[in-house]
Amino acid sequence: MELTQYSAYELSTMVGKGDIYPVDIAAAYLKRIAALDKNIHAFVHCDPEAVLKKAEKIKTGRLRGVPIAIKDNFCVKGQPTTCGSKILKDFRPPYNATVIEKLEQEGAIILGKVNMDEFAFGSSCETSAYGPTHNPWDITRAPGGSSGGSAAAVAARFAPWALGSDTGGSIRQPASLCGVVGLKPTYGRVSRYGLIAFASSLDQIGPLTLDVRDAALLSSVISGYDPKDSTSVNIPVPDYLQLLGENVKGLKIGIPKEYFITGIEDGVKNAVMQAIEVFRKLGAQIEEINLPHTEYAVATYYIVAPSEASSNLARFDGVQYGLRVTKGEKVSDSGLIDMYMKTRGEGFGQEALRRIILGTYSLSSGYYDAYYLKALKVRTKIGEDFKKAFARVDCIMTPTSPTGAFKLGERTDDPLAMYLSDIFTISANLAGIPALSIPCGFTPENLPVGLQILGKPFDEQTLFNAAHAYQQSTNWHRRKPAMAQK
Amino acid sequence: MSITKDKIIYVAKLARIRLDEKNLDHFTSQLDKILSYMEKLNQLNTDDTAQTSHVMGLSNVFRPDENTASLSNEEALSNAPEQENGHFKVPKII
Repeated sequence: MELTQYSAYELSTMVGKGDIYPVDIAAAYLKRIAALDKNIHAFVHCDPEAVLKKAEKIKTGRLRGVPIAIKDNFCVKGQPTTCGSKILKDFRPPYNATVIEKLEQEGAIILGKVNMDEFAFGSSCETSAYGPTHNPWDITRAPGGSSGGSAAAVAARFAPWALGSDTGGSIRQPASLCGVVGLKPTYGRVSRYGLIAFASSLDQIGPLTLDVRDAALLSSVISGYDPKDSTSVNIPVPDYLQLLGENVKGLKIGIPKEYFITGIEDGVKNAVMQAIEVFRKLGAQIEEINLPHTEYAVATYYIVAPSEASSNLARFDGVQYGLRVTKGEKVSDSGLIDMYMKTRGEGFGQEALRRIILGTYSLSSGYYDAYYLKALKVRTKIGEDFKKAFARVDCIMTPTSPTGAFKLGERTDDPLAMYLSDIFTISANLAGIPALSIPCGFTPENLPVGLQILGKPFDEQTLFNAAHAYQQSTNWHRRKPAMAQK
Repeated sequence: MSITKDKIIYVAKLARIRLDEKNLDHFTSQLDKILSYMEKLNQLNTDDTAQTSHVMGLSNVFRPDENTASLSNEEALSNAPEQENGHFKVPKII
């Protein structure tokens, strides 16, 4: 069997036993990327020589020699880090994100940087300034987003796993559309230091993997308190992999009726209902629950997230890093302001501009109370819905995305339609709770469907255990797109 | 509420962004549509609801005020579009 067909856990075990060498694994993935990524465009930066050199030197660590793809909004020292934007075209961070430090300490090999929607603004990878990524299951379709490069890279077996970031579903939705596993951990579980910020109260880093065991392993490595991220929470990290169980007898699963509404594709609904049936057969108790403020989540999110983004993106001003534009007609009497306006006007793409304008508007004098403050209050109500639900159930199951992968170009002209594709994922970010997406079947067009499992704060283990039990008795996660058969 | 082009020009200025004519028209109609959708939130009474800041309730996070290693001057300037004598260089302000 080709080395690129193994899971990350299997690779680390084989390296540990001395059966294979890190450099052989790296070479196998690099060969695959070189041969096939021209059809997918998952990677935006990959330096094969540097990767091989590193793989030859690696001697220790729990993930020794296991390659990983990194979304292009993580700072990796000395490597291009563009965030999918023209404004950061030549940016090379002088430091590593905390999660990158943790991976390197464990001996993981960074294969390269993968594509994303510009500044993570999007649900299809189409807003990237470097061109879209294609879905390995059907290259005329989007991989989802914003971590579309991460999900496509794993589905295509260009990497055994990847890191992504999730602000409103940016790990789970592409995981669902590409048929892989994706986790958004509890807010504060993983340090965001060195992740280029989109919406600081919502962003969280997480794994995209081939199976739940790998997600548990990678989560154990990247989680934990970090003094460099003042929003990270100081609660010990369990060894998720060691504690991975598969007994769901008596597990109370809530099914929110608000998530099975019009607009959800029949193929998605059927696959999710069948998955819930599997859990019932495994001995779980299924209960209908209410999350009454679900219908307000999209409106709340698209006020809170752009507001925070407009503030975070103020740092891209042509002074400390990135693009600087000074040429062209004069727009301001001050040379400095003139430079700001041209740099930002030219450096940001359409969706980034749209969100900065929207966010600035909702924070501006006269509109702050009506939009931003109102949204922060509705956010509280959405959080309270979950608190009430978790008093009755251990976890909640829903579809991850209302549809399978959509065609490239299909939604780019209608931002609101694109925003509504996040309808099932954004509540978890607003409430800060962990949420996992696992493959649970296919639509009639043979496109993957994801089951979303939401849990209590810091109770990732329950999600892993439930999902692992499911994967022990089903084979959906073993299905591969045709281009990854061997 | 409806959004006018003048409003978008004003907000773009606040955000220090120059928008071309095409984007201005585009954003005016799109934001109008998006903001009408946001009006949905007014269906909810939030008079007695507190606002969420940190979802896990963290507040006032402190650390000891001690010197630790930081980026060197050279590293900090390594991505600067323009620099001079160890400083970031910007266009004339006054």
